Amino acid sequence: MKVLMTTWLSGMLLVFSTLTQANLTIEITRGSDRATPIAVVPFATDGESLSEDVAQIISDNLQRSGYFEPLDRQSMYDRPSSSDDVQFGQWRALDVRYLVVGHVSREGSGYRIRYELMDVSGTRRMLGESVTASGNELRGGAHYISDQIFESITGIRGAFATRIAYVTARGVGNDMQFALYVADADGHNSQEVLSSREPILSPAWSPDGRKLAYVSFETERPAIYIQELATGQRVRATSFEGINGAPAWSPDGRKLAMALSKDGQPEIYIMDVVSRNFERITNNSNIDTEPSWSPDGRSILFTSDRSGGPQLYRYTVGSGETDRLTFTGNYNARGRFAPDGESIFLVHRSNNGYQIARQDLGSGRLVVISESRWDESPSVAPNGTMVIFATQQGNSGVLGAVSADGRASYRLPSAQGDVREPAWSPFLN
Amino acid sequence: MQFKSHARSLALALSLALVAGCSSTGGTQDGSMEGTRNGGAGTGVAGSGQVSGTGVDGVRAGQQADGRIPEVRTIYFDFDRDNIRTEFESVLVAHARYLRSNGSARVVLQGHTDERGTREYNMALGERRANSVKRFLEVQGVSPSQLEIVSYGEERPAVRGSNDEAHAQNRRVVFAY
Repeated sequence: MKVLMTTWLSGMLLVFSTLTQANLTIEITRGSDRATPIAVVPFATDGESLSEDVAQIISDNLQRSGYFEPLDRQSMYDRPSSSDDVQFGQWRALDVRYLVVGHVSREGSGYRIRYELMDVSGTRRMLGESVTASGNELRGGAHYISDQIFESITGIRGAFATRIAYVTARGVGNDMQFALYVADADGHNSQEVLSSREPILSPAWSPDGRKLAYVSFETERPAIYIQELATGQRVRATSFEGINGAPAWSPDGRKLAMALSKDGQPEIYIMDVVSRNFERITNNSNIDTEPSWSPDGRSILFTSDRSGGPQLYRYTVGSGETDRLTFTGNYNARGRFAPDGESIFLVHRSNNGYQIARQDLGSGRLVVISESRWDESPSVAPNGTMVIFATQQGNSGVLGAVSADGRASYRLPSAQGDVREPAWSPFLN
Repeated sequence: MQFKSHARSLALALSLALVAGCSSTGGTQDGSMEGTRNGGAGTGVAGSGQVSGTGVDGVRAGQQADGRIPEVRTIYFDFDRDNIRTEFESVLVAHARYLRSNGSARVVLQGHTDERGTREYNMALGERRANSVKRFLEVQGVSPSQLEIVSYGEERPAVRGSNDEAHAQNRRVVFAY
């Protein structure tokens, strides 16, 4: 197969203008009815007012997960900063199951954060740790601590210290402005990766979290690019005639599945990232697109309209066998595997528009987990607890997130026009 | 082959029919988007035979096979469909004539969908619409080398909004010369 031109583009003018901020804020839209009560006491400081409220960041993270219901601060009569000062009876009286206390102090040009997690009912210390953070990494420290607390209580690895990529768009018709951003999972610390007057879509994180593959129309034709986030260096991976779309990394990061229509209509191809060899895995006169690898790399989920409308199919690597997975309703598309490989998240059309649904692969049962009419582009957190997706609020595109069980949800609105195409990073630490 | 010649004669017949009764169609759909600079959407249709509705002008230009690019450069599609609506066949015939008589002219057929459904799937649907136009033009004798397809899916809506009217205006193929 012919290997297309591979061009390393410096792209330095386009990438990483860290001054451009498109931070997202968070609105909790639904709390879980099964949330565990926890109190995160404001961390003591040495009289200094800090740029970030570490305890508040931790509390917000835990609440957003849907697993926890943090006690509001007005209800805290006592504000201990060390387990030695905790009077457990007082917290038991407030029906708190877990308690987090801590202290932030200056250390060199940065900070030292000491925190402790306690089980109130068992009056036992579960975690106690001291974390250093450089001057501008207080938020990162808070996310790390959130991860430790979350895992210690739930047994599930935390995904608060992860990032999201997303696309913003403004304008209509030929007068539009698009941008690709990367931000912390809570919407803070956004950095522009690319901006263009032509469409940008389908960002996909490499499994090592260092690169993004995405589709950009900047040459007025669609092409797939792979960009290294730290350096901004990028390569144009494909620019065939027709659609170059829906890039998806294999779990080992060595292959990129994608949709190419150079043969007439979109087919799924697997590209070897190093050799640039292509293998075509679908072959018919229908639409095949939106590939996504299973976590074990043994199969590829994709959307096809070979049955008349879009449904999800699974291609088994090696045998080449393809089986249809979705049968509920007449529109099921853009599937993504849960990290355990046992269920998939997808866009499902119901009588009430388009929602995010989860389908158990064992039973085949499909459950709708999001609530509005225009939900799309689900992307699963690396620990499988949350799904981020694109939705609408008023007339604007915003990001929403919902717990995998559908019980808890929140939104990440932005003042910067439409936000769409979220992609949750893998674990980064 | 049979299909080709049949489609061609049908399209020509339709185009002649439209030219004959030109004042009634054409202007409204496109007028709101691209005809405005010609002095208002659809308003000129009734009176003059010159600048009138954009559709009319386009067809006439095609019929005369003069050097001008037909004015109507957007056609619209039904939800989830890629077939050419009969009211737009005359527009395609006009473009086919222009392209046939201007062999060096090239056009990019830009396929678009409304916002409903997933983005990459819509990319494929937009391509299907553009392909449908391409096939029609080729049947009309246009050289494939003059035609290129780029699907934008739902990424470049002509109008904002999540209502039927906005959706109808966004399901389109644009001739970009």
